[in-house]
Amino acid sequence: MKALEENLRLGQKDPHIQQNGSIISLLQEIQERYNYLPEDVLRDLAKKRNVSLMEIFSIATFYKSFSLTPKGKHKIVTCSGTACHVRGSEKVTREISRKLGIEPGSTTEDGEYSLESVNCLGACALAPLVVIDDQYFGSMSSAKILEIINGYATKDAACSCHAQTEEETPEAKTA
Amino acid sequence: MSVINAGLKTRGDFSKLQEQLKKSRQDKSSYIAVCGDTGCTVWGSKKVKNIVQDYLEKKGLGQKVGLKFTGCLGLCESGPDVMVFPQGIIYQKVMESDVEEIIDKTVLRGEVIERLLYQDPLTGQKYVYADDIPFYKKQERRLIGNNWTNDPTSIEDYLSLNGYEALVKVLTSMSGREVIEEVLKTRLRGRGGAGFPTGLKWEECYEAVSDRKFIICNADEGDPGAFMDRSLLEGNPHSVLEGLIIGGYAIGAAEGIIYIRAEYPTAVAKVRLAIAQAEEMGLLGENILGSNFNFRVSVSIGAGAFVCGETSALVASVEGRTGEPRQKPPHLAERGYLNKPTVINNVETLANVPFIIRYGADHYGLTGTERSKGTKIFSLVGKIVNTGLVEVPLGMTLREIIFDIGGGIKDGKEFKAVQTGGPSGGCLPASLLDSPTDFEELSAAGSMMGSGGMIVMDEDTCMVDIARYFLSFLEDESCGSCFTCREGISRMLEMVEDITRGNSSLEQLELLKELAQVVKDSTMCGLGQTSANPVFATLRYFEDEYMAHIIEKRCPAGVCRDLITLSINGELCEGCGACLKKCPGEAIQGEKKESHTIMQDKCTKCGICLETCKFDAVIKQ
Ligand SMILES: Cc1cc2nc3c(=O)[nH]c(=O)nc-3n(C[C@H](O)[C@H](O)[C@H](O)COP(=O)(O)O)c2cc1C
Ligand code: FES
Repeated sequence: MKALEENLRLGQKDPHIQQNGSIISLLQEIQERYNYLPEDVLRDLAKKRNVSLMEIFSIATFYKSFSLTPKGKHKIVTCSGTACHVRGSEKVTREISRKLGIEPGSTTEDGEYSLESVNCLGACALAPLVVIDDQYFGSMSSAKILEIINGYATKDAACSCHAQTEEETPEAKTA
Repeated sequence: MSVINAGLKTRGDFSKLQEQLKKSRQDKSSYIAVCGDTGCTVWGSKKVKNIVQDYLEKKGLGQKVGLKFTGCLGLCESGPDVMVFPQGIIYQKVMESDVEEIIDKTVLRGEVIERLLYQDPLTGQKYVYADDIPFYKKQERRLIGNNWTNDPTSIEDYLSLNGYEALVKVLTSMSGREVIEEVLKTRLRGRGGAGFPTGLKWEECYEAVSDRKFIICNADEGDPGAFMDRSLLEGNPHSVLEGLIIGGYAIGAAEGIIYIRAEYPTAVAKVRLAIAQAEEMGLLGENILGSNFNFRVSVSIGAGAFVCGETSALVASVEGRTGEPRQKPPHLAERGYLNKPTVINNVETLANVPFIIRYGADHYGLTGTERSKGTKIFSLVGKIVNTGLVEVPLGMTLREIIFDIGGGIKDGKEFKAVQTGGPSGGCLPASLLDSPTDFEELSAAGSMMGSGGMIVMDEDTCMVDIARYFLSFLEDESCGSCFTCREGISRMLEMVEDITRGNSSLEQLELLKELAQVVKDSTMCGLGQTSANPVFATLRYFEDEYMAHIIEKRCPAGVCRDLITLSINGELCEGCGACLKKCPGEAIQGEKKESHTIMQDKCTKCGICLETCKFDAVIKQ
């Protein structure tokens, strides 16, 4: 598989991966590329790297950032860190969950949305925080988030809320 | 204007470059600082910065007036923050449309734009200069103070602010032993949570005999509600890198690793850039400044597991395995990364090191208490007015931090508790607001210093719900190797959930206390051992709230869903229909212009009606 070859090559640029073959970094790159960890790619990786599939799965299921199922077209991430919690993030997550009919950690059947809940995005001053497709929405409430999601549903992502796309930083490209 | 002098070979080269850079910075004392921290970029500061850049060029000011996209300026909730220098004027909530006015009026003519100034929420007073605002005045910003003068993507900026001077001093005039002595003298304690003396940790590794040693910077920052380490890495990555290199020199390591959590992409990018710049400058690599000291740094990215902040789990994760802690001893100084002697330090701990070397242990010790020296950065969040990043002398009281710096509680509500120490920490009530922030004092009070998350809670926060929240966090994050951690946390969570539902009894509460003690005593790593803290800590000061839930089946703060009902006060309701339209559960009925009612069987208690009603007619009981 060409993509995997590329992944392996990428991995080898990092001295520590060369040293001890960090499966984690490889899985991160695979996840980045496919949005999840496809089983055939993992099987291939196990063969090429000569590690057991069990080991790969145990890593893939231990760490939260890996997913074994494809993510939705729109990725909704709610923060459930302490700062967000005391400002009502649980209600916000519950409303999204109810609206989409899925629990955090899953994807709608039509593949449109996936919902994820994470522990602190490091922008706690803007709590409660929701991120949709890398766009951050601060000071959310149940009512506001429903409006925003309705906006996505009508293909009109524009809304009156304070928001900003967190584009890839120029530094990221030069580094 | 390029003064980049890649590949410094000697101390002389360094001094020459530094002088050159300082001079060129003096020539450009007029500049605009736009906060580029994740917080302000969410508010749109990147666009503001771009417009500043375009407008400066359009006006032909590109050479005369500088522009820096800086690290966190502190007042995160009212961003984007913009500062105008040399005066030090701070503007808040700056929109793209304000930029031309700022440049035309403030930069060119020195006029102040009233509407963008910081206004004290209590007194209503407006402030022009950042230095005069109580929020800044009471702080001692040793580590983050440079944020508004330093562009984190520019190594030249860092050098012109005496950056890497400590490294040069160490390489040219101190032995590893002497560096450790200096750090020991400051009694610097780790800022990652446990507060272990850094000097002792380094000494142990220094004395270990091995062909290879490692120093790792722990930037996993797993505590929810804490963003000090992210802000340090984004705002001044070179200071952390310099601390790491000095640490490596002290213990005799030639390799360093910075382990950053995946949720921090901007920090990762800034750190990678800083490493590349330091390499290019000859401050990292082989034979640094002709000293025969070699040092390389690589970045390792976490994959989302709280327990990986624990040192042995972190090592497992960097080695590419599942992040499960192991029994200690052997300690990391004996058997760490790749089974070699290893030191792991927190980001903020390392950021203290250049300061210590540059100014000496005596000066360092002027700040802080007898046993807790130096400053501490806190992320002051929750129900507080001035949400943001603060740095204070250790020993400052919680009251000073929350009320004098933080401006008190939001929306005129009552203070209930302050949570420090992350999931393993505790919640302190109003009666302990005069406790100093000192490692021992906070532990004695039933909380802990932790890494610096300080979450302020008001009367609308339910302490039983907080216990439930942390237990469910820990249940999720337990790696599962210890039976009592894996099962114990789940059972404690079930019991607390029962309390929040009004389904518990006093006997159950006793059982919960007993179980909490068992979990504490019978688990291996820090996560398990402290996993009962949410229960202990909330019971210690807020047992009355538990009682209200258990005996009266009532949630005094109005948070626990099963114990509250929402209804509409017919006298206040105008029948405007706003809540009816918004209710996602279609639980509200009523004709236009007539008072509405909530159908309890359909109500999901989402609270949207409460949020929507303009007549305060929705009642929560
Ligand atoms: C479950 C758990 C999570 C931890 N998470 C972190 C973390 O995110 N960042 C950190 O610096 N230390 C964390 N620690 C503390 C580290 O184990 C360690 O004490 C610290 O990194 C050492 O650095 P210091 O001495 O400079 O504080 C954690 C500890 C435990 C038990
Ligand atoms: S708690 Fe939500 S961003 Fe930190």
